[in-house]
Amino acid sequence: MEDLLAARWQMAVSLGFHIIFACIGMVMPFFMATSHYQYLKTKKPLYKDLTKAWSKGVAIFFVTGAVSGTVLSFELGLLWPKFMLHAGPIFGMPFSLEGTAFFIEAIALGFFLYGWNRFNPWFHWFTGVVVGLSGLASGILVVAANGWMNSPAGFDYVDGQYLNIDPIAAMFNDAWFTQALHMTLAAFVSTGFAVAGIHAYLMLKGKNVAFHRSAFTIALVFGAVAALLQPISGDISAKDIAVRQPAKLAAMEAHFETAESVPLIIGGIPDVEKKEVNYAIEIPGALSFLAHGDFGAEVIGLDQFPEEDHPPVLITHIAFQIMVGLGMALVGLSLLFLFSKWKKKEWLDAPWFLWLFVLGTPLGFIALEAGWTVTEVGRQPWIIYGILRTKDAVSPIPGIQYSFYLFTAVYLSLAVVVTFLLTRQIGAVPSYPSQDATLSDSSASQTS
Amino acid sequence: MLYVVIVFLILAILMYILLGGADFGAGILELTTPDRMKTKLRKRTYETIGPIWEANHMWLIITIVILFVGFPAVYSLLSIHLHIPLLLMLFGIIGRGTAFVFRHYDAVEDEMQKVYNWIFTYSSFVTPFFLGLIFGAAVGGKIDPHAGDFLGTYIWPWLNGFSIAVGLFTVTICGFLAAVFLVGEAGLEAEKRFLVTRSRAFIVATVGAGGLVFLAAELQNVPLIGLLLNESLTLGILFLASVAMALLWIQLPKAKKAFSRFLAGAVVTAILMAFGYHYFPDMVILQIGENLSVFNSAALGKPIETLAWALLIGSIFILPSLGYLIYSFQREKAGH
Ligand code: HDD
Ligand code: HEM
Ligand code: HEM
Repeated sequence: MEDLLAARWQMAVSLGFHIIFACIGMVMPFFMATSHYQYLKTKKPLYKDLTKAWSKGVAIFFVTGAVSGTVLSFELGLLWPKFMLHAGPIFGMPFSLEGTAFFIEAIALGFFLYGWNRFNPWFHWFTGVVVGLSGLASGILVVAANGWMNSPAGFDYVDGQYLNIDPIAAMFNDAWFTQALHMTLAAFVSTGFAVAGIHAYLMLKGKNVAFHRSAFTIALVFGAVAALLQPISGDISAKDIAVRQPAKLAAMEAHFETAESVPLIIGGIPDVEKKEVNYAIEIPGALSFLAHGDFGAEVIGLDQFPEEDHPPVLITHIAFQIMVGLGMALVGLSLLFLFSKWKKKEWLDAPWFLWLFVLGTPLGFIALEAGWTVTEVGRQPWIIYGILRTKDAVSPIPGIQYSFYLFTAVYLSLAVVVTFLLTRQIGAVPSYPSQDATLSDSSASQTS
Repeated sequence: MLYVVIVFLILAILMYILLGGADFGAGILELTTPDRMKTKLRKRTYETIGPIWEANHMWLIITIVILFVGFPAVYSLLSIHLHIPLLLMLFGIIGRGTAFVFRHYDAVEDEMQKVYNWIFTYSSFVTPFFLGLIFGAAVGGKIDPHAGDFLGTYIWPWLNGFSIAVGLFTVTICGFLAAVFLVGEAGLEAEKRFLVTRSRAFIVATVGAGGLVFLAAELQNVPLIGLLLNESLTLGILFLASVAMALLWIQLPKAKKAFSRFLAGAVVTAILMAFGYHYFPDMVILQIGENLSVFNSAALGKPIETLAWALLIGSIFILPSLGYLIYSFQREKAGH
């Protein structure tokens, strides 16, 4: 395997792995805080057990997120030393602030996990909320750094020199807001549906139904609200890219020739050689409308860019289709859930209903990975858009493929172990003799 | 503002060695503990570092961020030439962090515990070893940016006696910190006696490994002893560290735990400060005689200024809450 390709793959695998744990680390604290709040209000032990059960899972996910994130902060240099040599001082601002956010998160987590029965209950609750808030803050900050790679700002590029550096302007680059908004929603969607799906499955197995129903509801309320907002935020992103990174938009839509009144292509397999898309459904004028708010508007195609600046069209297009398709499916599930809550309470317990959500378990995360593929592959061949090419940034060390194989093996084993631990955690959830769980106080026997 | 950043860099490294080092040391201690004592030690370790281990490891991330934002030339150069030991250290970090948490949070206790323990103890050894080795390689003067061949560019800079000796020295320091720290937590007399013996063993090992560093430096033409002899301040600090160690040796069984912990921390701080002072302002010493220093490799101007502000503002939030975390759990333990 060629070194550049190996380095790109290693980066992609590491980030693709980290993002799952990062999302869970950002969002689960909010689910826990909700259930914890219910406990403090109603004193039903069910909610306490739920908070604790979740918090054990979160500890496992948190550490995996933390070590994979630590690896990433080294990998940026190990794989892309020439990128970091220039980019470090410019886009470092979010990372240095993120350091604080992580620190607070780690400290608050220490208080939260070890603080049962030790502190004032509301102080303890509050530390859980702080875990979530600082997790969100760090997510937004790293995404701002990624936004800078898509939309470089805060320096003047003169004769290969990076002059007049302004890290604050770099942090507030043109892409940071749209990306941070879309990413934050994505974290809630993917974690919400995944957690709800697991609890739906456990409800179907018929044990501890009251417990799992509470868990299902908390997770899904967050997930469904975010899923409904996601297409709106995605549309803002698309309009933004149409102006900022037209080559990415063209690759997403497999749009080869610049034209007016361009149709939106749904599905299909792009043939890059012939510059056409096979087997696609076309909606006339819709891409012009989505990108510029006008059915007749001109949309720049790949023909406006020299061949060497084209992103890989096939991957970007397919990844985009997957994200949007799944996004729409999740909107459907969300509407179904909210409608049942409002009008058809009996559906909430129906097996077909629960099975739909079981099937929905991985969809959010697949959409999330697909979306990142769009953003990152669609930026190619640039590591800093328009400034530095990925191939000029890669480490000179030979044999990167071996470290790629090793990391992939380590991450695969970690994924297996985490799954294994999670199933064991689920097996250990205390059971309730009756539907209404107030009767038993199983929590007394169980301290962490 | 450059000095603010330098102070934070030194502080972050020091905190990582002291707090993170004690964490690693707990694993190293476990590695060298007879089976019958292991269960108790594990429990002790968990009670002591459980709530704060995650925070302890943030110091490494802070160090890295300061390096790539403030001193990108250093980060980039070390990433290239020390690629391999950095990778090995990362595998250690992954193994250690995950095994530590997994073994506690696994809902079922069975044979898997053995796997976690194995990974935890060995990676507790591997990680500080490579960390030290990387420090040694940075100042060992064997990095050659113009070497044309693979070995000269990517291997010899770190695969040499001096770097290895510094790696071993780091391992012994971690073991020393953990052993002294845990003496203060010991419950029964037997446990305490065991930990005192272990602390003394690690004092011997630390002194031995320290000697090895000087020996290797001599053999490999790393100008350490010659230069040290001309620096009375460095020598003075090292002398004080030795006195403190001797005092610790004698006092350990009787001393208050705060006192022996203070001494152990002071010893390690003194050693680090002595070498820091010795090398200041250089961060990386290259074979060709040029050095990367905190001055010539700093991203001067706005990057350093904003970094300094971010660190200052961050510490307003972090230090009090970290202090409160440690205080809460210490007081809690004292109360029971
Ligand atoms: C649950 C996950 C999820 C779902 C359902 C969607 N997205 Fe998305 N999308 C992401 C998760 C995501 C992401 C992984 O979070 C990305 C990658 C980078 C980013 O900022 O968000 C992303 C990027 C991304 C981009 C590129 C942004 C850039 O490169 O700056 C566009 C144009 C869209 N999305 C558009 C949409 C549309 C129109 C959707 C309609 C349903 C949609 N996304 C659903
Ligand atoms: C969109 C991408 C990313 C998001 C949303 C994200 C978010 C997060 C979150 C929420 C955590 C906390 C851990 C947890 O709660 O499980 C975390 C951990 C971490 N991330 Fe990321 N991250 C992203 C990419 C990166 C990248 C590119 C780097 C490195 C350059 C990085 C470095 C780290 C580090 C060092 C940690 C460990 C902090 C700790 O010990 O708590 N992350 N990340
Ligand atoms: C966590 C969510 C993310 C995922 C899943 C992701 C995914 C990817 C993928 C698939 C690639 C390979 C693209 C290719 O070479 O074709 C890549 C490259 C890269 N990403 Fe990301 N990315 C994420 C976030 C980030 C963030 C937050 C940063 C930096 C702050 C970042 C920095 C990089 C760098 C430096 C490369 C290598 C250079 C390049 O290929 O352009 N990524 N990422």
